[in-house]
Amino acid sequence: MTSKLDSKIPEGNLEQKWTKYRSTVPLVNPANKRSLEVLIIGSGLAGASAAASLAELGYKVKVFCFQDSARRAHSIAAQGGINAAKNYQNDGDSTYRLFYDTIKGGDYRAREANVYRLAEVSANIIDQCVASGVPFAREYGGLLSNRSFGGTQVQRTFYAAGQTGQQLLLGAYSGLQRQVGMGNVKMYARHEMLEVVTIDGVCRGIIARDLTTGNLERHFGHAVLLCTGGYGNVFYLSTNAMGSNVTAAWKAHKKGAMMANPCFTQIHPTCIPVSGDHQSKLTLMSESLRNDGRIWVPAKKEDAVALRENRIKPNDIKEEDRDYYLERRYPAFGNLVPRDVASRAAKERCDAGFGVNKTGEAVFLDFAFNTIRYGNMEATKKGMHNPTQDQIVEMGRAVVKEKYGNLFDMYQQITGVNPYEQPMMIYPAVHYTMGGLWVDYNLMTNIPGLYALGEANFSEHGANRLGASALMQGLADGYFVIPYTIGAYLNKEIMTKAIPTDHEAFVAAENKVKGTIDQLMGIKGTKSVDYFHKRLGLIMWNKCGMARNSEELTKAISEIQALRKEFWNDVRVPGDANEMNPELEKAVRVADFLELGELMCKDALTRNESCGGHFREEFQTEEGEAMRDDENYKYVAAWEYFEGNTWELHKEDLVYENIKIAQRSYK
Amino acid sequence: MEKNLNLSLKVWRQKNAKDKGQFETYKVNDISTDMSFLEMFDVLNERLIVEGKEPIAFDHDCREGICGMCSMFINGRPHGPKQGITTCQLHMRSFNDGDTIVVEPWRASPFPVIKDLVVDRTAFDRIISAGGFISINTGNAQDANALPIPKDDADESFAAASCIGCGACVAACKNASAMLFVSAKVSQFALLPQGQPERKQRVMEMVAQMDSEGFGSCTNTGACSAECPKEISLTHIARMNRDYISAELSSAK
Repeated sequence: MTSKLDSKIPEGNLEQKWTKYRSTVPLVNPANKRSLEVLIIGSGLAGASAAASLAELGYKVKVFCFQDSARRAHSIAAQGGINAAKNYQNDGDSTYRLFYDTIKGGDYRAREANVYRLAEVSANIIDQCVASGVPFAREYGGLLSNRSFGGTQVQRTFYAAGQTGQQLLLGAYSGLQRQVGMGNVKMYARHEMLEVVTIDGVCRGIIARDLTTGNLERHFGHAVLLCTGGYGNVFYLSTNAMGSNVTAAWKAHKKGAMMANPCFTQIHPTCIPVSGDHQSKLTLMSESLRNDGRIWVPAKKEDAVALRENRIKPNDIKEEDRDYYLERRYPAFGNLVPRDVASRAAKERCDAGFGVNKTGEAVFLDFAFNTIRYGNMEATKKGMHNPTQDQIVEMGRAVVKEKYGNLFDMYQQITGVNPYEQPMMIYPAVHYTMGGLWVDYNLMTNIPGLYALGEANFSEHGANRLGASALMQGLADGYFVIPYTIGAYLNKEIMTKAIPTDHEAFVAAENKVKGTIDQLMGIKGTKSVDYFHKRLGLIMWNKCGMARNSEELTKAISEIQALRKEFWNDVRVPGDANEMNPELEKAVRVADFLELGELMCKDALTRNESCGGHFREEFQTEEGEAMRDDENYKYVAAWEYFEGNTWELHKEDLVYENIKIAQRSYK
Repeated sequence: MEKNLNLSLKVWRQKNAKDKGQFETYKVNDISTDMSFLEMFDVLNERLIVEGKEPIAFDHDCREGICGMCSMFINGRPHGPKQGITTCQLHMRSFNDGDTIVVEPWRASPFPVIKDLVVDRTAFDRIISAGGFISINTGNAQDANALPIPKDDADESFAAASCIGCGACVAACKNASAMLFVSAKVSQFALLPQGQPERKQRVMEMVAQMDSEGFGSCTNTGACSAECPKEISLTHIARMNRDYISAELSSAK
């Protein structure tokens, strides 16, 4: 381990670490809390829950988000659910099992202590959300309902139709707005953080741009929490919101915060396929659908060709001519294998020529089987002894509609095809980034006073995140981790008076931001920001996507460097910097993506193994499964930035004391 | 199947809050019916940028109908001609070749225009701050299943809670009333046992804030619910009125 990376994992048994630590972590007395200022960037699950919780404790909090309201953060779009080890189903769940599933699902590239803590607090999250009025799905007895998700064999996922993220975020947002109303939080909507201010290596504030007026603002904070989400939009097309970006995290990185495992990207298997060049984003179809759907392609190539040419319909293909490839390859987990495995299997079939849409990049997600099963169950419930096929289908569709109605409607809206009658067409798309800012057990980056929470950090999901665990982590970090761990730092800050923002460090940071903006405005080239973003996205998707190899990654690095140069010579940012200017906002973000992309390729190139979402073609088993190299790569790759886009690799060794690491098998 | 459209767009352009604003007409050609309405704007903006003109500013983020940020008033209807969807989910197959489409921002004095099609909806956040919550601090909760809630109540509460706060209800209303938005939040909590302790105070304070923001009165025309992308029901307004009256009659204040 390099001395620069101290993970600060507490001593003691795994089960005791968190309980003991949070009972002994230094406290800040209420009077002192009132004079300690915390800046929170981002208002998603992590940011909103942290803001509400810290304000309740008495800290002075400011929250910044680039959208027009805190309620718009992209956590809102999470569909399927949130995991918690409640064992309400009596099906063998426990804290240990959630911990184990998460470590295994992450292909043994996450920290044991962090993941165990996550599993421990997961149950509190559900309690907290219910108490704050989140209307989770319930059974007729009035108790909470659960569903299954990938990579697990228990039902531990709590949900609210296909809008779980929305309900959780609105719950956290309510808590945040309550504190705004009480004067404990000051909200800065339509503001984007563009620089971290450090003094003597310690984080002391930020520079933010008011997106309505274009004014640059200086804000002092005793601590700064980056809750800014992931960087999936480096691929241009992803399931992220249009505004999701890496800028805040990247500015922190360039100020010295290390970026960990940047190449660990999650490609989600069930998204609506790309329809044309105009495509601006991809839409996810929740993983919960895999619970009730079966994924297949034709077993015969001629059928796939006929489908692509629109000569036959999917329902014309006979049962015996269908290849339910996930059930075939992974009988134990079937359609519920983890995301990385399911995505690669879809790619493998499509690459082999079995894709079912005009581009050849789609597979079927079919609900016919379970529609009939549900229909039969309804018939039995109603005492119908000889229901007709039509009656069965009708009753079955009603059940499917109740469970997934909003997703089916969304599918029909986007594709113009009715998914109750024909199987959905789906294909993998970029969805989540497991990598992020390196943090210690306290969620602090290697810059004192600068924290990263939720998707913005790297810590819990290893090389692959399990479904319904992002919401869990965001709320765990914000509600139950940071309120304790921030005390370990802030108790030493009680003597630090608010630093006036005319301090030279603030002036220099603001000038730097102004310089970048002036430079972008001054290029006056010929191509739009999107033109460059789309080209970057293609390089990343083709060379640093679902499958990677050293030759293509090496090429990608030089292509990105060339593209970056072109961008800085030929981008055109219309309008003025001193007004609302969405093109300028995009330009600033894409400039950062153009640097991040290179680091991702570098990280992927350095990691000579396959693990989770990182699949290097050179490192696979005979059956085409990921082949890890625990001897040489059982570490967190933390990259330190140096001027001129060069990086130094630091390694944090991962120690497994409680889990026996093995080849991940879902067969 | 996919085909291409040639369209004429009349779009509201307004440089900033002080500018008077006016319609500009743009021809857009070869628009695929598979495109979303916002992707058509992307294509137009791309062209404007290359031509050295200023692109049209509009709010949008998730582009999957849930964040509530997109807000275009299309041919006289918030979020356009289709029932139960947001602007970002509207696809061009809902239009015909040769159509003229008029696009405006939300029109309501509590939602002032910031630029072009972008308006300021922070009044909604202030209404939530006034009472749209259950006052519980982190860490105070009992076990989630200690409080059984009848499924029908939970489902009805969820239906109210699915409001995305886009403001289409206000834009659709001839009085610019925010009753549907406010009542959805009031209902969500009124239907749950957790919401009972603050039930009266909540409705009084949210309504007071709504009034002070300058939203108009409700005259029961129902345009809000008809145009709501999440099809929030008018019954929530009835529930809120009932709660408000009973709170007013029984309130000690």
